[in-house]
Amino acid sequence: MENLVTIRDLAVRFYTYEGVVHAIDDLDLDIRQGETLGIVGETGSGKSMTALAILRLIPYPGRIESGSIVFFDRDGGGELELLTLSEGRMRSIRGNKISMVFQEPGSALNPVYTIGDQISEVFLLHRRQELGHRAKQRVESLLSDGSGLADSVRRPFWRWQRRLYNKIAQKSHPVEPRLLSHIPLFRRLLWRLQDEASLLTVNMLKDVEIPDPARVAVHYPHELSGGMKQRAVIAMALACSPKLLIADEPTTSLDVTIQAQMLELFRRIKADTGASVLFITHNLGVAAEVCDRVAVMYAGRLCEIAGVEEIFLHPSHPYTKALLDAVPMPGKELQTIPGALADALNPPPGCRFHPRCPSATPMCQQERARLKEVAKDHMVACHLC
Amino acid sequence: MARQLVKNPLSLIGIIIIVVFAILAIFAPLIAPIPEGHRDPYMIPRDGYSATPQPPNEEHIFGTTEGQYDIFYGVIWGTRSAFRVGLVVIGIVVAIGIVLGSLAGYFGGVLDEIIMRITDIFLAFPALILAMAIVAAIGPSLRSVMIALIVVSWPSYARLIRGDILQVREEDYIEASRGLGASSGRVIIRHALPNSIYPTLVMASLDIGAIVLAAAALSFLGLGAPEGYADWGQLTSFARNWIVGPPGNSLKYWYAVTIPGLFILFFVLGWNLLGDAFRDILDPRLARR
Repeated sequence: MENLVTIRDLAVRFYTYEGVVHAIDDLDLDIRQGETLGIVGETGSGKSMTALAILRLIPYPGRIESGSIVFFDRDGGGELELLTLSEGRMRSIRGNKISMVFQEPGSALNPVYTIGDQISEVFLLHRRQELGHRAKQRVESLLSDGSGLADSVRRPFWRWQRRLYNKIAQKSHPVEPRLLSHIPLFRRLLWRLQDEASLLTVNMLKDVEIPDPARVAVHYPHELSGGMKQRAVIAMALACSPKLLIADEPTTSLDVTIQAQMLELFRRIKADTGASVLFITHNLGVAAEVCDRVAVMYAGRLCEIAGVEEIFLHPSHPYTKALLDAVPMPGKELQTIPGALADALNPPPGCRFHPRCPSATPMCQQERARLKEVAKDHMVACHLC
Repeated sequence: MARQLVKNPLSLIGIIIIVVFAILAIFAPLIAPIPEGHRDPYMIPRDGYSATPQPPNEEHIFGTTEGQYDIFYGVIWGTRSAFRVGLVVIGIVVAIGIVLGSLAGYFGGVLDEIIMRITDIFLAFPALILAMAIVAAIGPSLRSVMIALIVVSWPSYARLIRGDILQVREEDYIEASRGLGASSGRVIIRHALPNSIYPTLVMASLDIGAIVLAAAALSFLGLGAPEGYADWGQLTSFARNWIVGPPGNSLKYWYAVTIPGLFILFFVLGWNLLGDAFRDILDPRLARR
């Protein structure tokens, strides 16, 4: 299968007062076309940072130190090296080709706008031309249908609108409407764009199985339940049918029944759109449920990556084994992993897991383990495998 | 929102006071007609040059103050000056505060450091003394008073907005909107500011009264409008020597200081009550049902 995103030697560091934090260290990761790749790991293992690095949204004082992230866009664009793109190009990719669903649906929605407004914004940002085209068609049908005195008064205004929307539909940056859209009161003149966007929004809300979407669109976030909010956030992320959907712990803050619905929704979306999904979670059950392949991260490094059945049936890395043992089971005493997560300021030398590893050797303390293939499509970074 | 405003008796009083003052200001030419042959309507007409204030009589219903300036005309037209000083100064100050505060808060780093150290410099001076120095430097007039008040009051607004933006900046929806491809300008204007502007609006409505009071204080010190300009501070300034009457009749000239004083008092009180009402309504922590 072809790769959609190829990450090579990615390093993300945070320059804090206490020292340099190695949030991600020499990460190699491929996301294939149409697959769901899960990233699992403890808090602070660099899962979310990997996601933010793909979008180039690493917060200050973090920096992408080195490496490359190549995004392969089949419909135009071709291979794009995301780390060297200009900020403007990057903005046209965010939310459009690559979009993200955040962990907490409650706080990922702006409390002062309605759900509809917020989803429309995505269309207005990335689908301006298409909206202009639709608006133009609407004005044209008005011009051809309109008759009577009132309409003949409005006719010159419609002609002006047709010219305006035609401009928007043709060029991506026409001067006149651009000027208009920056002046607060004149912005209202482009209301047809907003109308078209809200039509698309209602369709989008229907797609994520929100009942009565037209009514929900005019609600504020605090008027909706957690599950509905998460659906709205997913609708926002899917608005422009992205090639890659990054889901950062999308089910963590939801209760179990809603979680199951969300996972079902993700599966359906993937089947419908053929998008790849990068699914970040610390819940192994969830990962087993939705993912095609699973990557395990520890302290900013990749430990193991394999197909979902392979990794759950034949875990090779001691950390993966320990994680699987730590899943609570009825009738079995809970196994914990001794020790604490490696200190990112002063990471242990060699393999970062060695202080907690039951089978560590002297070699593990000195030399870092490289990824190697132990079975087909099963890569492990461990000296013992 | 309108219903909430009217329900609270104090805020209702505030609204009534401000509306009455607004009517006085709008209909000033009808309430206190401009005498014929009078060139600048903002200059108070005077009836002679005697220093002693004259008590209210038929011709001057609030009496005249030192220099025979008509108090009634002065307070009515002074309402316009008060609104102008209050609204213009607050408008400009809030605009400066929003621009600088949101730049500093959102982008942080060096820009934040530079803007905040400049506000520190301004905040290091006692406001009224700095305002006096500025007026003295550029020459006393109502416009200099306004400039001076703008210069001394923008830093606290920039601070307030910066703080609120800093808080909002960490919210997920800001990151989410960046993740959806919004530019920094769009994020600030559409997402950060609407969530952080309310404390500023409350402070602005409370401050209009304080600004008018400060302008009156500067005028009282003789640093404000030119002599005879319709301005409440100026009128109280005229009454400076007549606060206490001759022995045995110490309240003889009460009207000279009390009437403009009451106008200032009610104007400031009105804005304060309105500001409190705004706070109760706009602060989401107090008002979200």
